Amino acid sequence: METVQVATLQQHLDRFAGEDVFIHLETTNGAYANHFNEEVFNAGAFIRNVQLRYELAKVVGDSPHRVGLKLPNGWVYAQGITHFEIDEHDRLLMAGHDFSGKLAVALQISRTPFAY
Amino acid sequence: MTIPHEEAVLVIFPHPDDEAFGVSGTISTYIKQGTPVTYACLTLGEMGRNLGNPPFATRESLPQIRKKELQASADAMGLKDLRMMGLRDKTIEFEDDNKMVQLVQDLIDDVKPSLIITFYPDYSVHPDHEATARAVSRAVYRMPQEQRPKIYAVAFSNATKDDLGEPHVIHDITEAREQKMGAMRAHISQTAWMLEEMEKRLADGEPEAENWLHFERFYIFDVETSKYQ
Repeated sequence: METVQVATLQQHLDRFAGEDVFIHLETTNGAYANHFNEEVFNAGAFIRNVQLRYELAKVVGDSPHRVGLKLPNGWVYAQGITHFEIDEHDRLLMAGHDFSGKLAVALQISRTPFAY
Repeated sequence: MTIPHEEAVLVIFPHPDDEAFGVSGTISTYIKQGTPVTYACLTLGEMGRNLGNPPFATRESLPQIRKKELQASADAMGLKDLRMMGLRDKTIEFEDDNKMVQLVQDLIDDVKPSLIITFYPDYSVHPDHEATARAVSRAVYRMPQEQRPKIYAVAFSNATKDDLGEPHVIHDITEAREQKMGAMRAHISQTAWMLEEMEKRLADGEPEAENWLHFERFYIFDVETSKYQ
């Protein structure tokens, strides 16, 4: 993965607009967050291989970035995106890694379903 | 130093590396003693968070990396019967409970263990650990009493010592020290941070750092009194 360059990432987001795509979206502070610090309220969300079509996508802000997808009847967004890559299957993988190198958020877009 | 003989040992954990810190010395010692050991690993740790910054892997490439690490850990321990069960990290508690019991029962029927090593329900923190522990408890309880294997359970939640007291079983794994270090190193994508810290403490001669290379601790789990039957 490389650090987000807004113009490049924006071009890739635009490529998938108006097409049926599969989405992976995840936020997490780790299963052990509350074990290591009982003050932490552990919350997260995960969806994988939900199919949708977006009409507009934007990457916004300084790093860590926000990425939002506008759907005909709704929205998808992720906050904290630091890195992205186009993988060997032409999937757009975006992720936010915290200062210690742990993934905190991921948003991925693919024309074919992700593995299980 | 040996540990008590078993006919066959079945280790059931949800994540590659769950065996490394607390059980790999025991696995290696059983193997050295000629006891057949099967390790069923339920997922490939697909949702691991240690991807580095700059990242060395993506959410999509991580499973293949961890699969190789798991195999390398098995090789380090001398383990021949490694089974990857194909579930997805962080989803085990949402699977059908009876399907999970059946998965465990099928493993038991096949391996015929005299001992199962897994997590202790309600004291193992991660939702996948807990779901694995519940499935094992239920599967073993539902067996005819005289056929049930023993369960050695790993517990490490913050309430463990207060509620369960001291571990019931302590294995001296000193002679498997190298194998244990090998298993820890095999899972380098997940253990790099811990190992770095540990090796510093070992070099400083801290007794606690030495401790985990000599002893592994388990609670005997009794399905008769379990909440999960």
